[in-house]
Amino acid sequence: MSPELLSAITIFVLAILVGFEVISKVPATLHTPLMSGANSIHGIVLVGSMLIAASATEPLSQILSLVAVAFATMNVVGGYVVTDRMLQMFKKKPAAVAKPEAEG
Amino acid sequence: MNAQTLDTIVRLIYLLAAAGFVFGLHQMNSPATARNGNLLSAGGMALAVIATVLLLASGSGGVSSTAWLIIGLGILIGGGLGLYTARTVKMTAMPQLVSLFNAVGGGAAALIAIDDYIRLSSGGDVSELRSLQFTIPTVLDVIIGCVTFTGSLVASGKLQGLIPGKPIVVPGGRIITFGVAAVAAIGALYLFAGNVSVPVLFLIIAAGLIFGITMVLPIGGADMPVVISLLNSFTGTAVAMAGFVIGSNVLIIAGALVGASGAILTKLMANAMNRSVLNIIAGGFGGGEGTVGETARGSGGSVREVSADDVAIQLAYASKVIVVPGYGLAVAQAQHQVRELAELLESRGVVVEYAIHPVAGRMPGHMNVLLAEASVPYPQLKEMDEINPEFPRADVALVVGANDVTNPAARSNPGSPIYGMPILDVDQAKSVVVIKRSMGRGYAGIDNELYTNPKTGMLFADAKEGLASLVAAVKAV
Repeated sequence: MSPELLSAITIFVLAILVGFEVISKVPATLHTPLMSGANSIHGIVLVGSMLIAASATEPLSQILSLVAVAFATMNVVGGYVVTDRMLQMFKKKPAAVAKPEAEG
Repeated sequence: MNAQTLDTIVRLIYLLAAAGFVFGLHQMNSPATARNGNLLSAGGMALAVIATVLLLASGSGGVSSTAWLIIGLGILIGGGLGLYTARTVKMTAMPQLVSLFNAVGGGAAALIAIDDYIRLSSGGDVSELRSLQFTIPTVLDVIIGCVTFTGSLVASGKLQGLIPGKPIVVPGGRIITFGVAAVAAIGALYLFAGNVSVPVLFLIIAAGLIFGITMVLPIGGADMPVVISLLNSFTGTAVAMAGFVIGSNVLIIAGALVGASGAILTKLMANAMNRSVLNIIAGGFGGGEGTVGETARGSGGSVREVSADDVAIQLAYASKVIVVPGYGLAVAQAQHQVRELAELLESRGVVVEYAIHPVAGRMPGHMNVLLAEASVPYPQLKEMDEINPEFPRADVALVVGANDVTNPAARSNPGSPIYGMPILDVDQAKSVVVIKRSMGRGYAGIDNELYTNPKTGMLFADAKEGLASLVAAVKAV
């Protein structure tokens, strides 16, 4: 095993442990935004897609990397925007919801 | 700046981005900091992308203008689609959109390994392709990525209603699943053995794509919370594998983070349904939304039917009401009606809280999002462990579209299929009102003895109409 591979595996295992540790404290209230947020994080695959696109010379390779970049960007942009929209709604008190009609 | 310095800087920025992801996830621990956490995570992502652009623009690799065009075009198309769908989606449709984003992420991860493999195999030197340290992550990335891609698309289609939500059992479907799994395994072993073959890689791709479809099709709509988090975990793993393939640590870190978090969430969801993940994937109970129509009225005791006016009086003069929203409320999209009723009661001095079972809704925590969308303040949303001791103090427990998660058989009857499942102790409230369309059974297909309990009143109505009639009746009290 090369030293690079060893250190990559080390990073992989440690990151898994961090993932377990960080997530296990999240309250059920936030599970959907959490999943959606985690979903955006794996959009990091965009970096990989850009790297393969940069060195693509064959037409097939160019098509594949174009699709990869588009897919990954959709994952990143859509994921973060939708998570933000969800989290924005979690408020301690409803902002301006009046309830004057309630008396009766 | 020479190439080496730039490379170092870019790597450090990647590290910063990875730290942003970890802190971002960490801040999801509380609704008060969660939004910042997401922005932090997004900031990390932006940094990583900018650093990559810098790396490419520095000219060390000689990036052609065609390549820039591909990157630009890809970002424009993907970004546009992502932005549009994310901004226009309704909160009830959130699960299918998240699932769709998951699909494209998995697809991108698979494409990286596929492209890398094809490119290296068409070059002169194929020695790298023979080493296990290359073939293992490549094959894993391709298989997991492809399974996630089609699996998430099917899950998304089911949630959107494009594909029937009930389990679809194709004759011989199990055999197809095993068959394609075997094909993928044999193909993988062939490549691991040091052979270089693009056709075999395509065979593995096809097997992965088919497996994703046949895996998710037989799973019922109500199991989707588990499936979605499992597929999310898969994508994380595929991305980490892609990181191994192209030697990128930031992909490995982010992928592993998501893989681990998805795995935990999957386990939590499966526990909340008292089933193993394997059991769910194997396609257990029939049903989902499909069983609502069937009636089992009268079986095992009599049911007390109540009118909206009776319930309204009960609610209006209660001092504490606990609302138990379930899958049926999500399907009927009645979150706004429930909030309206709660506010009306609060204005009369009634304390209203919501008891949220972990699997209520259509994805993990979905019910919380729906209620938050309807402007219910999150301190009122109580988790199961927190609310269960409160039921004996509640005058009325109002159950809207929830069934199995309220069934006392899970506590008392060891013979019941749901025995041992954590439930909401609704039956301990002083009185119980259940809004339900019919006496149809829930997802598990068993009778709920809560309904025949003398202190339970049944209000037969669709969740939305039932709540609306309650609102009108309470106003009239």
